[in-house]
Amino acid sequence: MNQVALPFKQIEANDLERMTKKQKRIKTFKGFSFLAPSVLLFSLFLFYPLGRTIYLSLFLTNSSGITTVFVGLENYQNIFLSPIFLKSLQSTFLFVLYTVPGAILVSLFLAIIANEKLKGIGFFRTMYASTMGISTAAASVFWLFLFHPTIGWLNQLLNVIGVAPIGWLTDPEWALISVAISTVWMNIGFTFLVLLGGLQSIDYYLYESADIDGAGYFYKLRRITLPMLSPTLFFVITVTFINAFQTFGQIDMLTRGGPQNETHLMVYSIYQEAFMNYQFGTASAQAIILFVFILVLTIIQFKLGERKVHYQ
Amino acid sequence: MHPVELIAVSKSYDRTTKVLEHIDLTIEEGEFFVLVGPSGSGKSTLLRMIAGLESITGGELRLKGNMVNHLPPKDRHLSMVFQNYALYPHLTVKQNILFGLHAKKVKKAEQEQRLYETAEMMGLTDLLNRKPKQLSGGQRQRVALARSVVSQAPLCLMDEPLSNLDAKLRAHMRVEIRRLQKKLGLTMIYVTHDQVEAMTMGDRIMVLNDGTIQQIGQPIELYNQPANLFVASFIGSPKMNLGEATIEDQQLTIEQTLQLPLSMSDIPQVIQRRNLIVGIRPEHLAYAKPEEADLWLEVINIEHLGNETLLTFEVGRELWTAKWLGQWLIQVGERVPLSVSIKHFSFFNRDSGALIQAPTENQHLEVVAL
Amino acid sequence: MTTSLRRKVVFYTLLTLTAFLVFAPTFIAFMMSFMSNQEIMTGQIIPRSLTFDNYVQVFQRFPLMQYLLNSLIVSLLIMVGQLVISSLAAYAFVFIDFKGRDLIFFIFIATMMVPFEASIIPNFHTIRDLNWIDSYPGLSVPFFAMAFGTFLLRQHFKQIPKELKEASEISGIGDFKFYLTVVLPVAKSSLVTLGVYGFLTSWNMYLWPLLATTDDRFRTVQIGLRQLQTQEQLNEWGVIMAGAVIVVIPTLVLLFVGQKKLQQGLTEGALK
Repeated sequence: MNQVALPFKQIEANDLERMTKKQKRIKTFKGFSFLAPSVLLFSLFLFYPLGRTIYLSLFLTNSSGITTVFVGLENYQNIFLSPIFLKSLQSTFLFVLYTVPGAILVSLFLAIIANEKLKGIGFFRTMYASTMGISTAAASVFWLFLFHPTIGWLNQLLNVIGVAPIGWLTDPEWALISVAISTVWMNIGFTFLVLLGGLQSIDYYLYESADIDGAGYFYKLRRITLPMLSPTLFFVITVTFINAFQTFGQIDMLTRGGPQNETHLMVYSIYQEAFMNYQFGTASAQAIILFVFILVLTIIQFKLGERKVHYQ
Repeated sequence: MHPVELIAVSKSYDRTTKVLEHIDLTIEEGEFFVLVGPSGSGKSTLLRMIAGLESITGGELRLKGNMVNHLPPKDRHLSMVFQNYALYPHLTVKQNILFGLHAKKVKKAEQEQRLYETAEMMGLTDLLNRKPKQLSGGQRQRVALARSVVSQAPLCLMDEPLSNLDAKLRAHMRVEIRRLQKKLGLTMIYVTHDQVEAMTMGDRIMVLNDGTIQQIGQPIELYNQPANLFVASFIGSPKMNLGEATIEDQQLTIEQTLQLPLSMSDIPQVIQRRNLIVGIRPEHLAYAKPEEADLWLEVINIEHLGNETLLTFEVGRELWTAKWLGQWLIQVGERVPLSVSIKHFSFFNRDSGALIQAPTENQHLEVVAL
Repeated sequence: MTTSLRRKVVFYTLLTLTAFLVFAPTFIAFMMSFMSNQEIMTGQIIPRSLTFDNYVQVFQRFPLMQYLLNSLIVSLLIMVGQLVISSLAAYAFVFIDFKGRDLIFFIFIATMMVPFEASIIPNFHTIRDLNWIDSYPGLSVPFFAMAFGTFLLRQHFKQIPKELKEASEISGIGDFKFYLTVVLPVAKSSLVTLGVYGFLTSWNMYLWPLLATTDDRFRTVQIGLRQLQTQEQLNEWGVIMAGAVIVVIPTLVLLFVGQKKLQQGLTEGALK
């Protein structure tokens, strides 16, 4: 690409334009070559499959996933008439309702107390963050034991205080709540870390000037900490929401969707429909519904967030 | 063949508003050329166009007689020093200096040779293994200069290289850069917003405002014969005292408050009588013995600089400053006698801002030529 | 003085109590992994005698070593793949100005709204058709392109002064060399952050390895743990816990070491 300087007056205006265009083309080419791996992989493993899922959702398929009969929107009609899917929708919403506020409130509380400048605070922070290093599978094993009907610690504790044991994972009344509790615990690490980071990025002089004005602890919390934290809070709420909709591992390990389909959450339902029953058409329709939920949620949160969140 | 020539060069980002308009400029071999102007005047854009970092919208840029509008920066054979020095933070001083030579495929032995010479010249020999973080502002500045020197490019561009230094170091580096440029015979294009830097360093200066050339000339020329009101008030510190004026019956009235007698022979080029703006440098508002005073003005502020004293007066809606050598014990509110000579006034057209007549006499001591 | 002391007491009490609650499940699991089955059944809290029996057993009865190795390989592959591909993309978004850049950037943002589940069925078929079921590429390649990583790095690359790029342009350093010799070393700490994050999430991945492996030779530890839990008839809790503890140790260590970096990185990703 080494170009030689041209002797003067040899260049016409359109030559120049041509050369500028060439420069631009080179830049575009360079830009796309740096992006090529991402674009290629996104196309292969994200855009194509997304389109393909929509396509599949309009068909019946055989067990290897090849489309057989075009049924249009019938798959969608069917799943919305299916009591199991409706139950699954209901459970998913309940689950989101339990886990999102649960994880956010607990983590926010932990982040606020761990943001104090005290000796040994690093130890406590590490403890709170630890659940982020524990995989869904391992965490499920931990909780499987805690929820164990006879030797599990939770029932033993209940026994000590004289309450009748609970069938944490086997009682339809409790199963979803139990899974939600373990999920909140799993989420604490990540949400805590992000919120603590948000707290630490608040300028200290804000507190100092409030101290000079004689503001109390809770006043500062309400008037400085929470408003300044709102962008971070907004981010973790979105992430927790999406994660809750995508819950799978703990269901597979703890309850397998039972008892009485109480914990048959959407992703588990998709998994069963596609990879156990080989109904790829209806499974795809469910996957598209999940996609739409998440899309709408993200957009709503963005719109709300834009207005309400205080950005510095 | 001139090292740099600009012919009707212009720049616009959106085809409607021009950032630079019709720039014609020729720079001589070995010249220290300063581009000066307020921020947003387009001076940095112009420099970056010469470097090839910004595209040229219209006109021609020639380096050594060759049209280079289309060439990428690396093929223009020039070096550049940036305001923030652009040192690579993860490389040592030595690696920083040599970084560009690797790309130009200079032989290893020659690299060493050039590194040694440059480091010696810039006083960096002891710092070669340090990282930029471990250097002071002045040392970083010198590394940036060394990187430029080591490339042996005949044309060097500098974009406000001293603005991150404190005042004392800045004065020192002004001298150092100037000496280096003369010693190596570099052609230098130097951008600054600081008129003192421009005046003290440049062989020639171009004053730029709103993307158009205001004046090109030697520092003294710009000071003595500013082409328009912008240059008059931009060059010189404290700035030139300006005021609206009219001429009536052999009398100059400034801001409707000051009146000075004048004869037509004093101002041969001033034909118009109204819509004038006159200007006078602070050093030409001199102290007069009370009995010889042309004017009496009330002092509204006084600044003691040690070797000189600045006095501020109210003249109509303008604040005028006088600069007197030495220390004067004057109180705010006192009226002081001043001598003013018509010969020291510049006359401008109020509407166009253009100079009508430069002062016929410039200094107490005339410019001395040795 | 007294209010400050009271404050301290309040905070330390809260901190200790909550830390105990949050860490309890992990702590119990650790303890159990050193207990004999009898001790567990009788509801002991602290093991009377440390026994490594459970660990020996879990390695003997399960190909845990193979699972660990698979997880390590897959996580490293994903980590490196994500770093390379995200940093290349982030470089283009920051340092190369070309037509269509904003549009592509918008598309990148849009990919974050697509849950993996919405594409999992065709992806499974793709991997199957490529004969990548039970293979390392099948487990890792679908996760190489990563919008979040691209954003995180873009944020950090943007903090590199533009003048560095311009200075290299003047000295004739090409884009790829600049990316390799300036951008990557200067942004090292953000690469570490993303690397830790990528490794953690890959190591803990569940659904995809469940689908993409059928055979012990390629199974990852998470799926191994699932096997362990379903095959052991819920009696040998000590063995299961030993397995779980081995699975979480690498990520816990990584988290403890990289916690500060991770926290900074994630917060920046959240805010900008």
